[in-house]
Amino acid sequence: MDQPPAIELRGLVRRFGERTVLREVSVSVPAGATLAVLGRNGAGKSTLLRILATLLRPHAGSVAVLGEALPRRAFAVRGRLGLLGHDPLLYRDLSGRENLGYHARLHGVGVARVDEVLEAVGMRERAEEPVRLLSRGMVQRLAVCRAVLHRPSLLLLDEPLANLDPAAGGLVAPLIGRASGATRVLTSHDPRAALAEADLVLGLEGGRAAFLAEPSRVDAEAVARLYA
Amino acid sequence: MREGRGPGSWETVLAVLRKDLLLELRGLEVVPAMVLFALATLVVFHFGLNRDTVDGQLAAGVLTVTLLFAAMLGINRLFVAEREQGGFDAFLLAPVDRSTLLVAKAMALFLFLAVLEVIAVPAFGLMLLGAPLGRVLPGLIAMLALGDVALAVIGTLVSAIAVHTRARDLIGPIIGLPLLLPALIALARGVGPLMGGHGSVWPPGRWVLILALYDVVFALLAYAVFDFLLED
Repeated sequence: MDQPPAIELRGLVRRFGERTVLREVSVSVPAGATLAVLGRNGAGKSTLLRILATLLRPHAGSVAVLGEALPRRAFAVRGRLGLLGHDPLLYRDLSGRENLGYHARLHGVGVARVDEVLEAVGMRERAEEPVRLLSRGMVQRLAVCRAVLHRPSLLLLDEPLANLDPAAGGLVAPLIGRASGATRVLTSHDPRAALAEADLVLGLEGGRAAFLAEPSRVDAEAVARLYA
Repeated sequence: MREGRGPGSWETVLAVLRKDLLLELRGLEVVPAMVLFALATLVVFHFGLNRDTVDGQLAAGVLTVTLLFAAMLGINRLFVAEREQGGFDAFLLAPVDRSTLLVAKAMALFLFLAVLEVIAVPAFGLMLLGAPLGRVLPGLIAMLALGDVALAVIGTLVSAIAVHTRARDLIGPIIGLPLLLPALIALARGVGPLMGGHGSVWPPGRWVLILALYDVVFALLAYAVFDFLLED
């Protein structure tokens, strides 16, 4: 039997007050695939990710994530997805280890996993320092740890390499890259990097799907128009 | 712990409570402010009333008002770290019962109030109360504990509503004070007979019962509606 898509959106609409941020967006992402969402600031990328993360409700259309209809079955999805957004979701006065320990407890994950992810991103030696004393790149590495701590099946990555130098990018790649084995939705302001990572590309323009195609079929002019 | 399945409710409550206490120990933002506010209020009462000592209902009123105003500071700050540092989103992404956040936050506020009272009540006794507190202490602690439950439960509920608004410092008192009024009246009336003059050692059963009932009703109400307050 065919595996159901990891993400299935049909006519998704989301508004904030009078402003419609997502208009009739439809997309289907197979399990294990990577969807890159392109578009300039305000195109609706982060809103789309927050809907998939169960943090926002759709106003029209249907959303199914990991085989569960949202928002009705949101509880069944939480804990199976990892969100890496603009906000690291870490308490500034707590250390990296304390923050990750807290998230491990919320997800029912053993604390041994905290050491494992800290080691993976090269943050084990700085893990006892309060987050407020760390550089933005280090905070981003801790945020990656937080997002993958519970080994999610779906990774929602909003500009995942923001603030990371190439070396740090290499460290987090096994956790959030294709090697993670998770289905991924990623947004990026760098279309070339996103196209290289993606199996499917969604171009958003004013909240509407301008195109949806495999990377090899994406027209360079169409991408350029998104950012014009 | 059960890998991948999410923790049990008490594990979640303890995780959030532990984190909140750790944040308070690191930042010392809430409890010291509450204590200083309470002590300053007692000094104002001491000089404002122009009396060396107070007793009976006047003493109970002074103590209740002092604790209430200090508690409002704690209530206003209760969810600020969640709002400003992404704690809400992190919690909502976890496979946990959302009501556990209410229980943990109410427990944290209860503990903050208990620390406040450990300092403020003896200070009240020294600065304003004519009669010694020793004999009435068990009854006073029982009454204050019931009052703290009301402040903690209603305070958590109100704080969760207020934190999503721009005028959160105003919304807390505006919604919270009317809801707390019956509990505060019961607290003051229950504590009054303990404050010298009457020779009572225990608060009147009627006021204990009213306060306990109020605690139970609001605890159930808060549990029923809290989930909706976290919705988008």
